[in-house]
Amino acid sequence: MMVQQAEDNFNRIAAYSIQTENDIVNARQLIRYHAKQFGMGIVDQTRITTAVSELFRNMYQYAGGGDVFVDQGIFSGHNALIITCVDEGPGIEDLDLVMKDGYSSGSGMGYGLPGAKRLVDVFSIESEVSKGTKVRVMKWI
Amino acid sequence: MKKWNEQIDHSMQEKRIPIIKIGDYLIVSIQIDMHDKLAIQLQSQILSEIEKTGARGVLIDISVLEMVDSFIGRMLSGMASMASIMDAAVVIVGMQPAVAITLVELGLEMPGVDTALNMEKGIEMLERRLGQKFQNLS
Repeated sequence: MMVQQAEDNFNRIAAYSIQTENDIVNARQLIRYHAKQFGMGIVDQTRITTAVSELFRNMYQYAGGGDVFVDQGIFSGHNALIITCVDEGPGIEDLDLVMKDGYSSGSGMGYGLPGAKRLVDVFSIESEVSKGTKVRVMKWI
Repeated sequence: MKKWNEQIDHSMQEKRIPIIKIGDYLIVSIQIDMHDKLAIQLQSQILSEIEKTGARGVLIDISVLEMVDSFIGRMLSGMASMASIMDAAVVIVGMQPAVAITLVELGLEMPGVDTALNMEKGIEMLERRLGQKFQNLS
């Protein structure tokens, strides 16, 4: 089990669970709410909402769901809104492949991960086959 | 607990987006943040409405949508190509600037999808395309 705790210099704001399609909709609306609370402009709000929508759908489709952690913290000198998605799904064998534009293994168009990466300021992914996947995105506030 | 979940699932299925027919046109206004099943349902709902009514043009208003991700984008462009095979033209109207910016950055350029700034321009676009006036349809 991947235990996800807030890192020392991060402040945990919220945690959500993605189990159903409706959870995806609710959680992405809540992320937009947090982005707005931190004073992000409308375009950045839309970017982060869209990026997490891709990540939440991946968790739902490939891992049957997972957990979402929302933090605020300082990362390389920037004040950031940090969203971490953790699942205990099958994991990703070839990370380079899924990060390639146009690759898709499911019903997506293959814009999921590389597309989400373009919409955020920091994107990191860790995965272990048959253990799970952790994707973290950050957007400067 | 289970019963409660079933109730939620049931109410989710009942959520429907109305499709309004005026003359040869169908008008769809998406007013809610759709989950994936609802988006797929809307797609087939519009296609069967085209078949049933013989509509030549479909206007889809997304001015309230705050976000279009790859799934909804794919649903919209898929619907445009399916409708065009059924001899109906689809125009997406009212996309918010932030949504347009995000879609392009996401890498989703929705080839073959016609867009218009607002409903009025969308109607003009369809009128030009179909060579007939919206008002004169009966």
